[in-house]
Amino acid sequence: MIKAILIFNNHGKPRLIRFYQYFAEDMQQQIIRETFHLVSKRDDNVCNFLEGGSLIGGSDYKLIYRHYATLYFVFCVDSSESELGILDLIQVFVETLDKCFENVCELDLIFHMDKVHYILQEVVMGGMVLETNMNEIVAQVELQNRMEKSESTVWVFFPFFCLFVCLLQGGLSAAPARAVSAVKNMNLPEIPRNINIGDINIKVPSLSPF
Amino acid sequence: MALKIVKGSIDRMFDKNLQDLVRGIRNHKEDEAKYISTCIDEIKQELKQDNIAVKANAVCKLTYLQMLGYDVSWAAFNIVEVMSSSKFTYKRIGYLAASQCFHEGTDVIMLTTNQIRKDLSSPNQYDTGVALTGLSCFVTPDLARDLANDIMTLMSHTKPYIRKKAVLIMYKVFLKYPESLRPAFPRLKEKLEDPDPGVQSAAVNVICELARRNPKNYLSLAPLFFKLMTSSTNNWVLIKIIKLFGALTPLEPRLGKKLIEPLTNLIHSTSAMSLLYECVNTVIAVLISLSSGMPNHSASIQLCVQKLRILIEDSDQNLKYLGLLAMSKILKTHPKSVQSHKDLILQCLDDKDESIRLRALDLLYGMVSKKNLMEIVKKLMLHVDKAEGTTYRDELLTKIIDICSQNNYQYITNFEWYISILVELTRLEGTRHGHLIASQMLDVAIRVKAIRGFAVAQMAMLLDNAHLLTGNTQRNGICEVLYAAAWICGEFSEHLEDPMHTLEAMLRPKVATLPGHIQAVYVQNAAKLFATVLRKQEGAPDSQAAQETSQLLIDRLPLFVQSANLEVQERASCILQLVKYIQKLQQKDVEVAEEVSALFAGELNPVAPKAQKKVPVPEGLDLDAWINDPPSESESEDEKPKAVFAKEEPKHTRPRHPEVDEKELARRREARKQEQANNPFYIKSSPSSQKVYQDAPGVEHIPVVQIDLSVPLKVPGMPMSDQYVKLEEERRQKERAEKKKKEKKKKREKRGRGKKGDSGPESEEDITPAHQVDIVTEEMPENALPSDDDDKDPNDPHKALDIDLDKPLMDSEKLPVRTHRPEVLKSPAEDGDGEPAQAEPKKRSSKEKKEKKKDKDKDRKKSKEEKKKKKHKRDAEPEEPVEEQMEEPVQSEASAEVAAPPTSTPTEASDLDFWLSNAPEVEPTPPETTSTPETTSAAAPESEPEEPKDTEPEETKSSKHKKKKQKKEKEDKEKKKKKRHHHHHHHSDGAGDESVQNGTVEEEEPLPPMSNYCLLAENSYIKMVCDIQGNLQDGSQVVVSVIFENKSDCFLKSMEFNVLDSLNSKLQRPEGAGPHDGLTVPFQLPPGVSNEARFVFSVQSIVMPQKLKGTLTFIVKSEDSSTHEKLDFKLHFTCTSYLITTPCYSDAYAKLLESGDLKASSLKLEGVNMPFHHLLARICFHHHFSVVERIDSCASMYSRSIQGHHVCLLVKTSGETVSIDAKCDEPSLLGNVLEEIKQTFSRC
Repeated sequence: MIKAILIFNNHGKPRLIRFYQYFAEDMQQQIIRETFHLVSKRDDNVCNFLEGGSLIGGSDYKLIYRHYATLYFVFCVDSSESELGILDLIQVFVETLDKCFENVCELDLIFHMDKVHYILQEVVMGGMVLETNMNEIVAQVELQNRMEKSESTVWVFFPFFCLFVCLLQGGLSAAPARAVSAVKNMNLPEIPRNINIGDINIKVPSLSPF
Repeated sequence: MALKIVKGSIDRMFDKNLQDLVRGIRNHKEDEAKYISTCIDEIKQELKQDNIAVKANAVCKLTYLQMLGYDVSWAAFNIVEVMSSSKFTYKRIGYLAASQCFHEGTDVIMLTTNQIRKDLSSPNQYDTGVALTGLSCFVTPDLARDLANDIMTLMSHTKPYIRKKAVLIMYKVFLKYPESLRPAFPRLKEKLEDPDPGVQSAAVNVICELARRNPKNYLSLAPLFFKLMTSSTNNWVLIKIIKLFGALTPLEPRLGKKLIEPLTNLIHSTSAMSLLYECVNTVIAVLISLSSGMPNHSASIQLCVQKLRILIEDSDQNLKYLGLLAMSKILKTHPKSVQSHKDLILQCLDDKDESIRLRALDLLYGMVSKKNLMEIVKKLMLHVDKAEGTTYRDELLTKIIDICSQNNYQYITNFEWYISILVELTRLEGTRHGHLIASQMLDVAIRVKAIRGFAVAQMAMLLDNAHLLTGNTQRNGICEVLYAAAWICGEFSEHLEDPMHTLEAMLRPKVATLPGHIQAVYVQNAAKLFATVLRKQEGAPDSQAAQETSQLLIDRLPLFVQSANLEVQERASCILQLVKYIQKLQQKDVEVAEEVSALFAGELNPVAPKAQKKVPVPEGLDLDAWINDPPSESESEDEKPKAVFAKEEPKHTRPRHPEVDEKELARRREARKQEQANNPFYIKSSPSSQKVYQDAPGVEHIPVVQIDLSVPLKVPGMPMSDQYVKLEEERRQKERAEKKKKEKKKKREKRGRGKKGDSGPESEEDITPAHQVDIVTEEMPENALPSDDDDKDPNDPHKALDIDLDKPLMDSEKLPVRTHRPEVLKSPAEDGDGEPAQAEPKKRSSKEKKEKKKDKDKDRKKSKEEKKKKKHKRDAEPEEPVEEQMEEPVQSEASAEVAAPPTSTPTEASDLDFWLSNAPEVEPTPPETTSTPETTSAAAPESEPEEPKDTEPEETKSSKHKKKKQKKEKEDKEKKKKKRHHHHHHHSDGAGDESVQNGTVEEEEPLPPMSNYCLLAENSYIKMVCDIQGNLQDGSQVVVSVIFENKSDCFLKSMEFNVLDSLNSKLQRPEGAGPHDGLTVPFQLPPGVSNEARFVFSVQSIVMPQKLKGTLTFIVKSEDSSTHEKLDFKLHFTCTSYLITTPCYSDAYAKLLESGDLKASSLKLEGVNMPFHHLLARICFHHHFSVVERIDSCASMYSRSIQGHHVCLLVKTSGETVSIDAKCDEPSLLGNVLEEIKQTFSRC
């Protein structure tokens, strides 16, 4: 059984956490901190297994991790899992991420935590390995994304409609900015990642009634 | 209206989405918490809106915040709302959030049951998938119980994607609801041979996980797994199977023999390291289980060790680590083959990788012998000095102590060396294992009498240099050793060279900075020392010295009397008064030494940590019985065991010396320490600013310790313990030389008594210990119970899964199945909670009545049994109604497993024997089988009847009668059982029970069992019963489920089902088949077995009932002949069978009636003698209606046909007259339905 999957960066900031056993939030954070502490002080050329996560499990549990660029992928597993197998699984997972995000980088994980979760759900379910074939995983993820898209195609034209309504409404000063952020919110494929547009979130007083 | 929608959508457009939130957080690095709290406020606003998209967006953001450590449980209800969205996009967000933050304590979980059930049966596979994934994370016992059957159905879903998820989640369901394991297991086993590799792998996964905890229940699967192992090419599956075999072999050595060869082949052939490693691991497990007697046994060991050496020598650190890990397993049983690689392992100790060093340390533990112990420990001590980081150093320290103390100090030949090692270890900075060292010192000093003199001298030295150790006063810090030192010096003070000096050292003012429990020991032992000193001084001519000693105590003790620690204070003031009194006596020149030392007289015996637990309860003593009637609840409970202890072991209770407590304390502490020592996980401690302890003074001769030297005597460049290594070497050489001389006389030199020397390697026998040591074994109470079962964890969830899977399934064990409820709640929100709790009392009250009724119900029972065999509809099942209470009585698929005898009969076990015994597989009667009647009657292994093992032997030719009788017996038993175990309340003991689950009918009588299966045709070979139901998904389809029961003792095969089509109804045949071809029944029937098949018919008009003629042809195969047989039947499609239970709310119902499109009709029934709720239940059950509303003796009911006709009933009762007013948009359909209702009630 896999007890937990943690992804955090070189500074210990969590990028994805997935516990298959209940821990309260503060305990989860403590586990992340402890795990980070254990993992981060290890060289890259030492082995990828670690005993001694005293917070999760006990002697039966091991931390198996891999370090990719800025991210640590840590799996906490018990003795029923093959150590080398889990290492392979991490590799499969990362390669899947790479395929789904096209050259995955930490920013992808930061901004699309939900999508990473959906991908992970196709690999591991309830602490047990569900699928190890990358093509199968990618296919399922893509089918689901397509479904999601088909549900929201109507909305692609919506921002323009909004713009129109806003103009009608007379909220002239606010309208363009809001429309822009509306456009931005659509999951259009060309959205530039990595661009900081946090400032556009201008606070608007509540909409005047129709 | 339209504008409102637009407005809602615009709102949504301007909400922050997840990306904005993340961006915002990144832009507010300095005031992140504040920013997030404003975001949470926004989210709270968003959650208040009606728009589901806005809510989903908010929940998505909450999921992110949860990752950052914010508690989002307050939004649990909103998460449920999002989960129940009909759009996949939102549903997925909801389930993700739920899986991240729901747990067993989340109270809204119980609201989700129906939603999840709906999603599970959704036509969209991804809705189902998402629900399964979510459920796997937050399944609770209640959810598991309520959904087990639905999930089990999904295990046979057409899509492999769903199948594999359903299979995996079953493990979670088993954990939470162990009763589901047995009914679900046959299907799980089936999935091992699923055509889809993903599903197969999932099934292997689940079974391995189950078998790991309770391997003995899964031994019977070994042949199947063996087949998989030799045929599968999927490394994942192989690894799991091989791991599983590793768990199974210890239980069945013959399995091991069978495994060795294919495993060895795999080791040679595979290129995957992971697989190779697991193979080696399992071979090791096999070799461990085979104690000896294998010809190529050593070859396999050699192969393993050799492969492992390659792994360890590999440059890949991972392989090195695993190699060491596996090596340590071999070490346990074959130490010799590993010991030859000592060089390699010692080399690993220098590895830069801590994990590897720790593994190597583990290995060393098993590699020591009398010969090399000192050498290895010396090496380790070097590492201790070099080690950076306290974790590893602490690990080294515990390992050194473990290595030395293992097997009752088996490998220690020189205890002086060991004591000096312990003393050296006290120099460790910032260690957290002061406790451990202290307990070792105490243990050795108490148990090895010969060493006491030396130990006391060393301890006195420690006390003298206590200032070096007190820097670290944190818990478990090194100052703990002072506890041991003080106690040893006090207890064995007769060995002290200069007790006066030690006494002074113990009373230094600095002692007051030590932790309380240590101070207490100091004070107590100062008193012991005082007694010794007095004795010495009174013997001496100078009597003034004795008085000075008393004065010293009187001067110093007040410091302790002021201590904040109660224990210290109490002891100090006691002793202070004692000394004052002694001083008075001394001034009168009274000799007091004798009396003072009498206070502390007597030897202390070491007591085993478990001793108290092992004290047997004397005969006739009932510890649970009250001695007196309990006066109040304040009775203290620990008094009684204490009394027993005193009675049993009088020698441990002494007159009230302070020592008694002291001893108890020490013993308890020791026990605690030992427990800690067994725990390999230690939390890192921070380094402290403690000074390094100077090199201990070296000594050439024992026990010369010159405490009074101001500058310690130092042997340059050599720590003390090394001296012993050298000395020991010399001693051994000398001994060897001596021995050679003596060998001719064949005289054996002294050997340590009380040692388990015989378990050591032979070559060591000639190493004799330096001292004649007597290791006193720890005392155990007389008649101690040898049981060692106190290590089991009672909270292990897997304990509940220790279930015998080979027993045939009992009726009571079937999974709870949803059936309709005769009563209806008005609003969907009220549904779902409190149900199980309410059902329980009802059930209890109904049981007694049920038993009384049983005899009368014999004929009903028959139908009930048939009903149990009914299978759940898979492909033809109507779409799930929204509300639970109106659902159709769908039967569990598990029930079918009873009929189709699965895997689990006594023969199975013998099959295993047979498989293991390597005989050819055609002959199914194995030599080892016990004489169970089943095995003799069964023609083929698959065809065992389903009787339990303990049936009467005369039952060979199985008759149906007998079976039924047995079933009834079983039921009886079950019922009795149920009385005791109320938690079984959800088991279907027949539809009647289930249908009264709804809490509102609590006080009413239970329903009689009902079944919709009616006899189709019967002859001497076969019996067919059938049930007809409409298919909601397709308005023109009807599904006929037919149960075929083999009544003969012959094998029935090649069954063909054919119906003569009418204009209106046609049997659906596979493409390409002609209109008159029969359908092959997809199974064969061994004697006494029944199974179910489904046939789909397409119907054009449903307003009239109709009959179809059909034939079943089959081949009867008996031992010597086979005949072709034929059975005709008439299939009756009633109008009822076109109706489908559909829920309807009262408001919608009222609207429908008002609309005026419906034609009315009515019916009067006379002489109906049954409670009203029974009547309703019957209509619901047999005619697929649901109750919309019920007021006293009046109820409105609703149903819908597969083609969408509404049928409304108003049922009123007064006395024995029932009047039914009905409305329907199709009058002829209504007329027919009413006619059928009338028939139903005229029959009873």
